Amino acid sequence: MTADTSAAAPRQRMRTGDDPDAHLRTNPAKLVLGLVGMIAMVWGLANLFLAFAYYPQWFGNNKFIIGVLAIIGGVGGAALLFFFLNMFVESLPRRLSEGAIPYAFLLPGLLLVALMLIYPTFQTINYSFANSDSTAYVGLQNYKTIFADPEFWSSIGNNVLWLLIVPAIVVAFGVIVAVLADKLSATGEKTAKSLVFLPMAISFVGASAIWGLVYAYNNPGQTQTGLLNAIWVGLGGDPQTWLAISTAKLNSILLMVILIWLQVGFAMVLLSSAIKGVPEDTIEAARIDGAGEVQIFWRVVIPQIRGTIITVFVTVFITVLKVFDIVYVTTNGAYGTNVIANLFFNKLFAASEAGQATAIVVVLLIAVTPLIWYQIKHFRDEEANR
Amino acid sequence: MSRSLMKDGRPRSPFSMVTMGVLALLWTIPTIGLLVTSFRTRDDAAGSGWWTALFNPFSADWTTSNYSGAWTGADLSSGFINSIVVAIPATVIPIMFAAFAAYAFTFMDFRFKEFFFLLIIAVMVVPIQVAFQPMLNLLGPRGLGISGEYISVWLLHTGFGMPLCIYTLRNYMSTLPRSVVESAKIDGCSHFQTFWRLVAPMSIPAIAAFATLQFLWVWNDLLIAKLFLKSENTTVIVKLQQLLGTQGQGQELLTAGAFISIVVPMIVFFTLQRFMVRGMTSGAVKG
Repeated sequence: MTADTSAAAPRQRMRTGDDPDAHLRTNPAKLVLGLVGMIAMVWGLANLFLAFAYYPQWFGNNKFIIGVLAIIGGVGGAALLFFFLNMFVESLPRRLSEGAIPYAFLLPGLLLVALMLIYPTFQTINYSFANSDSTAYVGLQNYKTIFADPEFWSSIGNNVLWLLIVPAIVVAFGVIVAVLADKLSATGEKTAKSLVFLPMAISFVGASAIWGLVYAYNNPGQTQTGLLNAIWVGLGGDPQTWLAISTAKLNSILLMVILIWLQVGFAMVLLSSAIKGVPEDTIEAARIDGAGEVQIFWRVVIPQIRGTIITVFVTVFITVLKVFDIVYVTTNGAYGTNVIANLFFNKLFAASEAGQATAIVVVLLIAVTPLIWYQIKHFRDEEANR
Repeated sequence: MSRSLMKDGRPRSPFSMVTMGVLALLWTIPTIGLLVTSFRTRDDAAGSGWWTALFNPFSADWTTSNYSGAWTGADLSSGFINSIVVAIPATVIPIMFAAFAAYAFTFMDFRFKEFFFLLIIAVMVVPIQVAFQPMLNLLGPRGLGISGEYISVWLLHTGFGMPLCIYTLRNYMSTLPRSVVESAKIDGCSHFQTFWRLVAPMSIPAIAAFATLQFLWVWNDLLIAKLFLKSENTTVIVKLQQLLGTQGQGQELLTAGAFISIVVPMIVFFTLQRFMVRGMTSGAVKG
């Protein structure tokens, strides 16, 4: 479809070249076709998807047929929408068309962002001053309730602990793996990196299932099938229900291990490419000046990859701030392991307290505000260096 | 200390080899444990650690019934199909919208351009939890009534993935030579044609990188699928989460279920790893 239109368009342009005033006029046929096409697309797609929901028998109640049609409709529909939108804008008089076309390209995406992220942000702030089903305003009551709840403060405490431990360790491991892998042979480096990177493909839920086996507990006297307990008993200890031990936040730390395991590969990939980008002559110069390997690492390599370290740290930091799945599927916040995102989920769905839940999100939102400022500053600096 | 040399002439580093070997092993053992356990019978897995089966493979009680049990009994098959139906459009649609927006940000001049782009950067950090209550109201029975259907999840993933996608593609497109676009314009190409014929094909590396990340993210997502899909449309990850709560009978299906849920992202990961690494190092970082 695309190929056809793009082949036809230059010929048309040549013809308009014969008529000096053509660009001043609206092309009514294309205008109408574009407009009608856009409306028909939206209407048709809306009906198709409603039909999937309400009349599955039209599609033989077959998941597979519905799935294929949904993929074609969703992907093709989005492409056709742009096609008709473009046709509509290009049919306008030249001056109007040139002014409008950036917005035609920009607005569909921007509108979705506005609908899915910007509007909800304000609505969430609004709901946080309303009651449990968002039907009446209750002032600051929700904030008073959550601030008086010890579980809220314990969750904040745990989040802070996660934020202090996980990003730093992920970056440290990432640097170690990247530096050491760089010293291996090409095959060794590739294999080692792939193995460390692999967990990146695994979901938080899948990772929790995997680590559930490591932390498994059997009654004393039975064979321990969990790796950690098997080692622990092998060393002469008693079997432990690891995720129930809140002494020294041990259970929270064991949950952090899961996230660290997932994220180190990501950190390693970015840091590795930064380390390979460090100019060889700076290292060579330091070596000639008599610096040892350790000194070279701290004084030459680290300063040159500082930017990447910060990027990785911030990205992992944001991931950790929103950590939910791991806690939800392992302990669901029991034994003092709760975190903000899990508390929010349970307030919203288990307790149906939309007011308190949205108030918790507002607290989270305030917590990320400095990061927004940082990201914008970072972007401005990069643009200045471009 | 005498050091042997590698093929490329660098000295071998025994310390790196040993440490990396240990780290790679540590990183792999948990997954191997899952894989081994998923092929053991319930009694076998409850009676001894998975490593004993690995050390004595002939005395262990191997089976594939966990897989058939999870696939049909725990109905992971429908979750699997749902995951595909959810993940493919939720990967392609945001790229379509974002590529046009990124083109506008890179090659066009318009009012409030910087403001719009800073807005995109700002919302990259906003936690998606802000969207849940308002979106449940808007998409749910109180609003449009499409909550529970695939389309609501596509819309949400499209919206949530969009800022990062625009940011990544715009960063990549701004490295393309501007002269190519300028000369296309002189040759009489419209922006729409320049986009489809020149800029989109040239941006394939960045698009592939983002597609990989977005696919993994959508496939592995629990929250959105759990909240916005009704049970017959729900994904394999939600099914797995429900299996995780199982105690006693049926527990042996969990390991097989976990592996079933991992297979597709694993294949995507291994085939597109090259693109993903390249994309991530060129700025495709999910917040």
